[in-house]
Amino acid sequence: MTFIYPTDSNKAHPLPLSPEYKSSIKRAPNKPLIPMRHTLSELTGPVYGHETVREGDADLTTQHTGEPLGERIIVHGHVRDEDGRGVPNSLVEIWQANSCGRYVHVRDQHPAPLDPNFTGAGRTVSDAAGYYRFVTIKPGAYPWGNHHNAWRPAHIHLSVFGHSFVTRLVTQMYFPADPLFPFDPIFNSVPDETARARMVSSFDLENTQPEWALCYRFDIVLRGKNATPMETK
Amino acid sequence: MQDSVKPDGITPSQTVGPFFKYGMTPTGEYAWNDAFTNSTLTPDVSGDRVRIEGRVLDGDGAAMPDAMLEIWQADAQGRYADPQDKRALPNASFRGFARCGTDKDGNYSFDTIRPGVVPDPDGKPQAPHIVLAVFARGMLRHLYTRIYFSDEAGNAADPVLALVPADRRATLIAAREAGKAVYRLDLRLQGDDETVFFDV
Repeated sequence: MTFIYPTDSNKAHPLPLSPEYKSSIKRAPNKPLIPMRHTLSELTGPVYGHETVREGDADLTTQHTGEPLGERIIVHGHVRDEDGRGVPNSLVEIWQANSCGRYVHVRDQHPAPLDPNFTGAGRTVSDAAGYYRFVTIKPGAYPWGNHHNAWRPAHIHLSVFGHSFVTRLVTQMYFPADPLFPFDPIFNSVPDETARARMVSSFDLENTQPEWALCYRFDIVLRGKNATPMETK
Repeated sequence: MQDSVKPDGITPSQTVGPFFKYGMTPTGEYAWNDAFTNSTLTPDVSGDRVRIEGRVLDGDGAAMPDAMLEIWQADAQGRYADPQDKRALPNASFRGFARCGTDKDGNYSFDTIRPGVVPDPDGKPQAPHIVLAVFARGMLRHLYTRIYFSDEAGNAADPVLALVPADRRATLIAAREAGKAVYRLDLRLQGDDETVFFDV
């Protein structure tokens, strides 16, 4: 049953040490990672489906008594593998700042208002074709202490399982043409420009709902298996 | 709806950041429900129950209060709760996955069962182990490591431990506390005792 996920795919990821992002300096390993063959332990992975998701978890605008402030948006797309195949039944979790750029996290000290009608967390499971969809509020940009006048481009954090422990992905979805891109060391920690572009959603007029919400499309591409299965005993 | 087009590569990783807790590990502190806890235990699970605990430390040896750890493991019979593992599953509701956010002093803990033996790609037995993924602010991509158990004779012949220089293997082996089903393993992201991380 053993298939190998090529480790070449990992070249799209940031290098662990990215000195412009100051927090990485004391938190990136100094010693090289040790290569190993994937065993059953790496090739299998947690399977969580609809029983993990409550009704309404995918709509971040209806989790409280009132409606949150800000620009209502639809974020949708497919979880795919590198060959473009949809990844079905994969848990997708998101968390984000509110429309003012403030997180409900107790350690967020940005002097922007909290919204009593917005927590900013959601989850869903991709369907049989790998499709997922959230309704939320467009998050605001916010300042952080990395360097003078540092601002994070607006983003939504995403966590995706895929079908193996080595397809696990935590990333951030950005919005098109954000003027903060050139100045953000986290976005620019991804060395390859085309790989960076895969973290940016596209505006989706076709699925924008008239009189209701703008739509953004974001496909999440996970590591794929080699086309040729490797038989093992 | 867009048709399937071969992508030009995978979506790159980005850091989990400092503010994941209310969404990923709220544990009653926020107005959101937990999908996961730090326990894999289910009523029907067979095997020896163990607790694994320790701290997560940065390059200065300082506690990391904002790390997120995830474990993935086989049951006591060495079976994974994944349809790709075609072998019989004696523990029907055991999932083998748990998630834990570190506390203000960098502590983590997992309640689980001691996993059984899982074969390597050549069919050779691997010593009981748990796969561990580490996420944190400052980590642009999560890191993979393994947790082994100090009182397992099989460690000496484990094919993955054999890849690790002998003087670094201790960073992967949780030490049993005398007389208790508690194992301790600190994770160090840098330094002389830097935890071994694997390129998978």
